[in-house]
Parts: sequence; C-alpha cells; structure tokens
Amino acid sequence: MGQGLKMGEELKLTRRSILAGAAATGAIVQAASAPAQAQAVMTKASATDIAKLPRVKPKLVDPPFVHAHEQVATGGPKVVEFTMTIHEKKIVLDDAGTETYAFTFNGTVPGPLMVVHEGDYVELTLINAETNELMHNIDFHSSTGALGGGGLTEVNPGEKVVLRWKATRQGVFVYHCAPPGMVPWHVTAGMNGAIMVLPRDGLKDGQGKALKYDKVYYVGEQDFYVPRDANGKFKRYASVGESHEDVVKAMRTLTPTHVVFNGKVGALTGKNALTAKVGETVLIVHSQANRDTRPHLIGGHGDYVWATGKFRNPPERDLETWFIPGGCAGAALYTFLQPGIYAYVNHNLIEAFELGAAGHFKVEGEWNDDLMKQILAPAGI
Amino acid sequence: MATTLRPTLPGLTTSLGLMLLAGAAALLLAAPVRRPAPAFPLPQTAIVPPATLLHRLDGEYSRAGRPVDAPRVTVRITQPLEIMRYQVSAADYARCITAGACKRLDSPAPRGDLPVTGVSHADASDYATWLTRETGTVWRLPTDREWAHAAGSRLVDDARGFDADANNPAQRWLADYEREANRKAASDPAPRPVGSFGANEHGVHDIAGNVWEWTQTCLRRVSQDAAGRTTGETSNCGIYVVEGQHRAPMTFFIRNPKSGGCSVGTPPDNLGFRLVRERSWRDRLPAGLNRLLPA
Repeated sequence: MGQGLKMGEELKLTRRSILAGAAATGAIVQAASAPAQAQAVMTKASATDIAKLPRVKPKLVDPPFVHAHEQVATGGPKVVEFTMTIHEKKIVLDDAGTETYAFTFNGTVPGPLMVVHEGDYVELTLINAETNELMHNIDFHSSTGALGGGGLTEVNPGEKVVLRWKATRQGVFVYHCAPPGMVPWHVTAGMNGAIMVLPRDGLKDGQGKALKYDKVYYVGEQDFYVPRDANGKFKRYASVGESHEDVVKAMRTLTPTHVVFNGKVGALTGKNALTAKVGETVLIVHSQANRDTRPHLIGGHGDYVWATGKFRNPPERDLETWFIPGGCAGAALYTFLQPGIYAYVNHNLIEAFELGAAGHFKVEGEWNDDLMKQILAPAGI
Repeated sequence: MATTLRPTLPGLTTSLGLMLLAGAAALLLAAPVRRPAPAFPLPQTAIVPPATLLHRLDGEYSRAGRPVDAPRVTVRITQPLEIMRYQVSAADYARCITAGACKRLDSPAPRGDLPVTGVSHADASDYATWLTRETGTVWRLPTDREWAHAAGSRLVDDARGFDADANNPAQRWLADYEREANRKAASDPAPRPVGSFGANEHGVHDIAGNVWEWTQTCLRRVSQDAAGRTTGETSNCGIYVVEGQHRAPMTFFIRNPKSGGCSVGTPPDNLGFRLVRERSWRDRLPAGLNRLLPA
C-alpha cells in the first residue's frame, strides 16, 4: 500500500523536476528515473503517433546466436518488425538417433531470441507453413492482454497473422505456443523462445553503473517426453497426430526422457561449443518454458545475475548457481578470467549428464596462476 | 510270508539300466579330457609376425609436474601374435549369453553381423572365459602393446604433438577438446557390419573404426623429473586402456561411455573388443617337431 502510494507520487514528478533532482544528487536520479520511464512507456500513443515511429526489421538468427542490436538505444521508441514461420518437423534428440516431432518457431528449438528496447513496439508476422498439420499461436509473457497475444494469433496451416504489442517491461521473457487444449504438448515439443527487452540506456548493476557485454548467447532448455515401446525402446511415429496420445501419456509421468540445451543432446558442445576469450564479458540468456532449471558455469560464476530475468530488479552478484522457474527466462553476465573448457550445465547433474542439459564454453587466453595453480601434479603417495 | 528270489523281468531291466547309467557316467567324467569341437565356427584369426615397434607408451605422463605426451620407445615383439581378424560380433556374443556365461546387454544390436557394442571390460572378460572353455584354448584381451602391434599402419598416434606452454595448462585442454570435437564431427557413431572399415596389412579388420576396443592394460600414471627420469609410477586396475581412434582410460564396468572429467570431453563412440589367442607350448615348437606329436 505504502509502496503503491510512493509510486503514485513519483509518477507525478515532471521531467523538469527529475532533471532538477539530477543536478542536486545522482542518487535521486537513479531512484526516480525508473518509475518516470515507466510513465513514459505507459503513455497511450495514438495510431497516428505509432504510424510516425521509425520502423526497423532485424533479421532473426538461429540460437545460440542473437541478431545484431544496440545495447543502449539511440533515439526514441521504434516499431520493431519480426517475421517467424512455424515449422512442424522431425528432429533427432541424441546420438542414438532418437526422434521426435518438434513444433518450431522459425525452424529451431528454441525459437530465436528477439531483442528490443523498453517502449518499442514489437510487430510480429507469424506464418503457419502450409505443410503443417496443426493450428498454432504465440503467447508473449512480455506482452499485456489477450493471453499474451495467444487469443489474437491463432493461425491454421497456410495462414498468417500480424500482432503488435508494446514492450512496457524490461527483461528477458519467454514466448511460447498456447493453442487451446494442447498447450503443454506444443511447449514441450520445443515451441518456445525468448525476447529480451533492454532498458533504453542499457543494463545497470543496480547501483547506477552501466554493464556491457561483448557477446550474448541464447540457451533454450527443453524437456522432451519421448514414448517408449514394450521393450523400452523409443518409439517413432509416421505423423504428428499419431504420436499425440502416447506423448501426452509420457508427459503425464512428469519424467522427461531428455532435457537438452538448444534442441539436442550436445548441441552446444564440440564443434558447436560456445566461445569466448579471457577478459570478454558474456551475457547468457537462458529460458525454460516448462520446467525449473538451475544454471551453473563449472569453473566460473555469474558476476551479475537476473535469475528471474527482469532488469528493473537489481542483479544478484557472484552467484554459483541460479534458479530459473519453469516458464521464465533468466540472464547472467560473466567476464571470463581463465582459459580452458567450461561446462555450462543445469546443476541437477542427472539432467545435465544423463539427460543432456549441458553445453561447453571454449575460452582462450592467458592463464592466471594467482587465481589457480597446481602445486603438485597427481603422483604416488 | 514267502519271499521269492526269482528274478523278475522288471528287476532285470532295472539292473541293466543301472549298469548302462554307470557306464555313461564314466564316459561323461572322462569327456573333459578331450572336449568335442564347439558347435560354432572358431574365430578367424590373423598371425602378426614378430617386429620391432616404435611405440608411444600407454599411460598419463608428467614431466616436472606438467602433463606431457608419453614417450615413444622401441619395443621388440619376439613372438608371433595370433589375434581375431574381426571384432567379436553381436552373434558371437549372443552365443555366450545363451550359454548363460555372459550377461545380457542393455541394448542388443539389431543384427548379428554388427560388432558387439555396449560391453564393459567385465563383459569382455566373461566372453574370453567362456570362449576359452568352449574351445579348449586360451583367449584373452590384448595388452595395449599387442593391440598397437596388431593395428600396424592403422594405429593412431594420439600424441598432441606439442608440449604446452608451461605457464598455461589450458592450452592442452583446449587442444584435446578440439581434437576430440573434430573426430566426433567427422565420424558417424552407428556401428557397421564387421569388416566395413577394411583390413590392414596383417589382415586385421576395422582397426580404429567407430568401435573402440578393450585392452587388459591398466591405467598408469608416470611422473618424471625434468630430465625425463621416472620418479614415480602408479597403476589403477579399475581403469583400463581402450584403443581405437584415440586411447582413452575407461572404468571396467562402463558399457556406454559418456564424457570425461566434469563432462567436457568427447567419449569413444562405442565399446567393443577382440581377443588374442594365447599360443600354447605346442605352437612354439618348430613345425616339423609338432607334426610328430599325436593330435
């Protein structure tokens, strides 16, 4: 109640009084600017206002990579146009060749990470490919109304829809398909992704200091439930429809057969390991649309972590493991200090090493003996 | 109450039967002396002639406290080596399971002509024990050195080829990772029928294909001083060397390898094996002398 009142008072501050405050003390700016910004983005723009906004059309790229974007926005709000085509396709989940039907935004599990700034408008063209069998839609956790847009985006195979929504909240957020009656099936078939809504002036450490990243990677974790036959072998199906009943039964065990990063056991290892250099700062955006996860960087840390992913909250410092609840995206910023191979895992290690939720970072650079040194190599006692 | 001593017909048959049984038992007891040939074809073997090898020793070496490639030394092999031409196949292994001498596999191969995979060192040893019993001749896993000898020109020298910057241990980790990642990217892990990877100059097939092979060599760790003199050695017989596209240490009960320490390595695609036939005293006699002996 008291907090609500305080918020209301602050919202009454004019831009001029904030600037006056800024001259008085830097701390006040920090405290007051966030709600002021909220007010700015909450201001209802007319259709004509929006029509006047500049439009940009970033080209989405496949995860773990992220399309080119500014960390600090230049200029005012924009309309950011994205197009995604939905593909239903068979994917291979592991080296043993286990197959499943995936429902994908833009052909990948997870779907691509979109990046905009607070106050921007997201204008998504969603295409349901003609070759698909099912109706799909999209629920953006970052949007407001109509079941996250799901109620306005139901498209059948061979149809498209365009939805515009205003990015009023900062952070990394999940988006996923949510067709009536089939939500968990679609989500656990890989039909989810994430969007990052950056503060217009970039990330902050919670005390006013700007945080920048040299690289950003998007890790989408997915639990899969592949039905088995009487002999315990994973089953294959000739069509999406045929698999439905068995898959739902497997889902109801709540025991995934696979928990993977980016669509496949080992997708972020070997030739596809993530890379960095000593001294580079990496932002890892991690989403799990269905199930809890607890990312951990073996041999490293989370310098600044928004475990629940919302940038208006101050980041936590120096974390070993961070908890991302199912249906949420988180972000962790880390500056690599040592060269070598790092495993980035879900620190339920059974899920990491038995079910697949592990990726690797290859980091080159100079070794720091001060941080670690082997005093005696393993030898007989 | 009168007792009749007259032998009855049923009584006679019983006595006769008992006598026959005793004879059969005597025959059975005598049987192990000369065992009938097993009801399956004997494994095809190749004889690898004696040779002098330039062999990269097995084991993890460190010099002055830093990991280095194991030394490459001259090894003299003085006796011919008799080794299976092919890896033990799924059909071969199935006979051992049927006989109750080998444990069932978690995921048996769909075809008998595929090499048996998903086998541990313990499974391979069980098979060797069974085959020895069935054939009356000793079969065992090769040593790392024997395997290298049989591999001939197909042997992959897994030296990194550089001794990393002494101040940066990560260089070696990165090099190992890169090498294993390249190997994995280039290979299809699905086992292929025995013989698919072709023979080497000794007629030994499928060396360094996509099935790694168990050896009986235990993992050694050797410490050397800066001058290369050995200052200490430990050996761990719970962990054996597996050979193939690269050498890897493997815990004896592992059937399906996963990644290594903190899971950042790339494991062998599959685990299988082939056996060497221990040459008996008779094999070592000159051929002429051998012919004079009764079979």
